[in-house]
Amino acid sequence: MPIGSYLALSALLFAIGSAGFFLRRNLITLLLSVEIMLNAVNLTFVAFGREFGTVDGQIITFFVMTVAAAEAAVGLALVIALFRHRESLNPEAFTSLKW
Amino acid sequence: MGSLLVIGQRNPIYSVLALIVSFFGLSGLYVLLEAPFVAVVQIIIYAGAIMVLFLFVVMLLNVPREDASEWDQAHPYYRPWPTRIGGALALLMVVQLAWALSRTPGLGVGVNADRPAVSSVAELGRVLFTDYMFAFEVTSILIIIAMMGAVVLARKRGN
Repeated sequence: MPIGSYLALSALLFAIGSAGFFLRRNLITLLLSVEIMLNAVNLTFVAFGREFGTVDGQIITFFVMTVAAAEAAVGLALVIALFRHRESLNPEAFTSLKW
Repeated sequence: MGSLLVIGQRNPIYSVLALIVSFFGLSGLYVLLEAPFVAVVQIIIYAGAIMVLFLFVVMLLNVPREDASEWDQAHPYYRPWPTRIGGALALLMVVQLAWALSRTPGLGVGVNADRPAVSSVAELGRVLFTDYMFAFEVTSILIIIAMMGAVVLARKRGN
């Protein structure tokens, strides 16, 4: 399978993720969109690592995965803390920095 | 190779489940790329751990369905002119990306043309613990900090 198809799929995934990030009105869906984008980048790393015959792409993929896990944990904790205050997950509800 | 499109649409729990499906598709692609360890880790960490975390929070919060209320309609970005400009810019970016991809040479060559694949877990581990030692340690510190931060943030106030 040509590497171009992997790159095209990765670009498509990244576009889906960013579109979801900008269009949705739900904090959890926003976090999911970020995960989609990170996975698109992972696919690119692995594809290029395979293309060049090195192991670095897979290593960087592991680092991206750990960062994604940390981000998901902190993001969900933030979502829970915000939801306790406002009973809403709409990002438009959190426009004030102080309450 | 399709079936990944299901994601960005629909409501909380369904989108989480669709994302799990798409992660399984991605791990199949990693197997095709002869990176089986990444595929397994993808399933274990993403589909196993992170998505369970998401599902847990979705059910814990009893998430309300996304409502396209009057709030959104009144938002200044939803007036006709900003939407038109944004649509034109998005279209421009898609055209640019397609143009750049179509002019890049060598994309049609098969991915494993001449180089052998590096897929042994031993080799992966050796590189990870020698060349990438510093990044590995920094990542562990990051994980610890994120864990503490999550605990502190999600704790109830007043304790």
